[in-house]
Amino acid sequence: MHEQMTAPRRAFLRLLALGSGALAACRAKAPAPLPSLLGAPISPYGERSPFVHAARQVSDRSRTPEQASSLTPLADTYGVITPSSLHFERHHSGVPKIDPDQHKLMIHGMVDRPLVLTVDEVRRLPSVSRIHFVECSGNSGNGWQPTPRPTVQGTHGLTSCSEWTGVKLSLLLDEVGVQKGASWILAEGADPAKMTRSVPLSKAMDDAMVVYAQNGEPIRPEQGFPLRLFLPGWEGNANIKWLRRLKVVDQPYQTREETSKYTDLMPDGTARQFTLVMDAKSVVTHPSGGQKLAGPGFHEISGIAWTGRGRVTRVEVSTDGGATWKDAQLQEPVFSRAHTRFRYAWDWNGQEAIVASRVTDETGYVQPTREELVAVRGVNSNYHNNMIQAWKVKADGSVEYAVI
Amino acid sequence: MAALIVSRIGLATIAGQSPTYKLGRTPTADEIKAWDIAIGPDGKELPPGRGTVERGKIVYAEQCTRCHGATAVEGPEAPLVGGKGTLNTKKPLKTVGSYWPYATTLFDYINRAMPFDRPTVMSADDVYAVTAYVLNLNGIIKDGDVMDAKTLPAVRMPNRDGFVPDPRPDVGPHKPKTGG
Repeated sequence: MHEQMTAPRRAFLRLLALGSGALAACRAKAPAPLPSLLGAPISPYGERSPFVHAARQVSDRSRTPEQASSLTPLADTYGVITPSSLHFERHHSGVPKIDPDQHKLMIHGMVDRPLVLTVDEVRRLPSVSRIHFVECSGNSGNGWQPTPRPTVQGTHGLTSCSEWTGVKLSLLLDEVGVQKGASWILAEGADPAKMTRSVPLSKAMDDAMVVYAQNGEPIRPEQGFPLRLFLPGWEGNANIKWLRRLKVVDQPYQTREETSKYTDLMPDGTARQFTLVMDAKSVVTHPSGGQKLAGPGFHEISGIAWTGRGRVTRVEVSTDGGATWKDAQLQEPVFSRAHTRFRYAWDWNGQEAIVASRVTDETGYVQPTREELVAVRGVNSNYHNNMIQAWKVKADGSVEYAVI
Repeated sequence: MAALIVSRIGLATIAGQSPTYKLGRTPTADEIKAWDIAIGPDGKELPPGRGTVERGKIVYAEQCTRCHGATAVEGPEAPLVGGKGTLNTKKPLKTVGSYWPYATTLFDYINRAMPFDRPTVMSADDVYAVTAYVLNLNGIIKDGDVMDAKTLPAVRMPNRDGFVPDPRPDVGPHKPKTGG
């Protein structure tokens, strides 16, 4: 027998038909789907905001892209740590691509037990982490003449500061057993130029390190991946990148880098050699060349100070071209042989002002003026320019290079 | 591969893991020889070989002219010749001849780092030769002189005595006192 459709069932079916028809009609008239309000997904290795553009700049003394320097944009960094991607570079034959599993560190020469270590073995040894600056001794070389540069990146950009992790060189030397009569170490890199420098044994046994990490991750290729010799407070060139060999010897080897280069010509024609330590130095990064202050009123004068001889103990700021000086605040903690941030609250009255900083370090050394330094060194020494740097803030707020 | 690892571990336990941390191994003589290229100022590491000024001129033309210029002064890279007597003037010119204290450095540097884009293509003989040529251009050795492991360290560069130790700090209250 066939089912008789009841009235309620008929009504229901009619309603369903109406509803689905209505729904179909509804769908036909529906507005376009709304865009997602969700942000970008998670990612394996972060990038900075697309609205942030600070970048390293090629130094104008660069000969080729591989025999070149790139400068840290000091006016665009904060605190004391330089972002790893913005750490300055100075290369003599480009950045080699080294497989850490193939790389070796050899320690030999006047030692009881010559040793070859893999990178993994170096990483297994007891480690230390230290915050230290690196500065090329050619930094601010354009200041000798002096030659104006538009920005603090141009005048001072061959310096950066990172946290470095590695093994003490003294530990490695104890493992190999340094022989009596040894007094220097020849350090050699695995770049195409096989950069070499002679390092006094006393520094090697003091605070020297073989580092493999920078700011919490393996050291960047531009800073020497996988291993770098690190000599706190000493000129950048001696901190041999892509370190492959340490030979313990009894004299300096007079390498090209410590004779033809990185020696300081004096007015009498003699040249200072093994000028390894970086003298105390500071520079105001805000306000600095190329910036524009929005107008009179409150501005925080800020900058960095450092010394290869230990800790910065005082930074003074002048806003009248060096006529008077006032103490700035130092960011705590102050690390030894590291960038130290200083800050000074300034109420700008809108008139032209010449701003500068002056550092004193723990030895009592005070950063010299141009006049003081040139009186001793002349203008042709090329390296180790640590003189006071000034910036002129004009009435319209623009800032340019100045000499005091 | 497994055999290599096993034999290497075997070697390490026999031949020279570090005393405290038991890491690393002794380098083989071949490993050391391959890397031990640094030439010190007494030249005791100089390899066998020899080079004449005449041969150096040929090697220079092949390997060096394109950066240092036809007669080693034109550039675009650093001039290798000249500057004698200019170091204490307003415009000093530092070259191999006017500034470098040791001739052995020239061999060491050319051997490890030159030509700039293809270092270590030259044989020891050719490194001696082009070293001889550059020294000859600077008037430091004669046309007929031959450079080898004995003669090169004996060359006395004009600026050998031109370097002084670091006297810094050289400004401020701690600077060394001069005079009497």
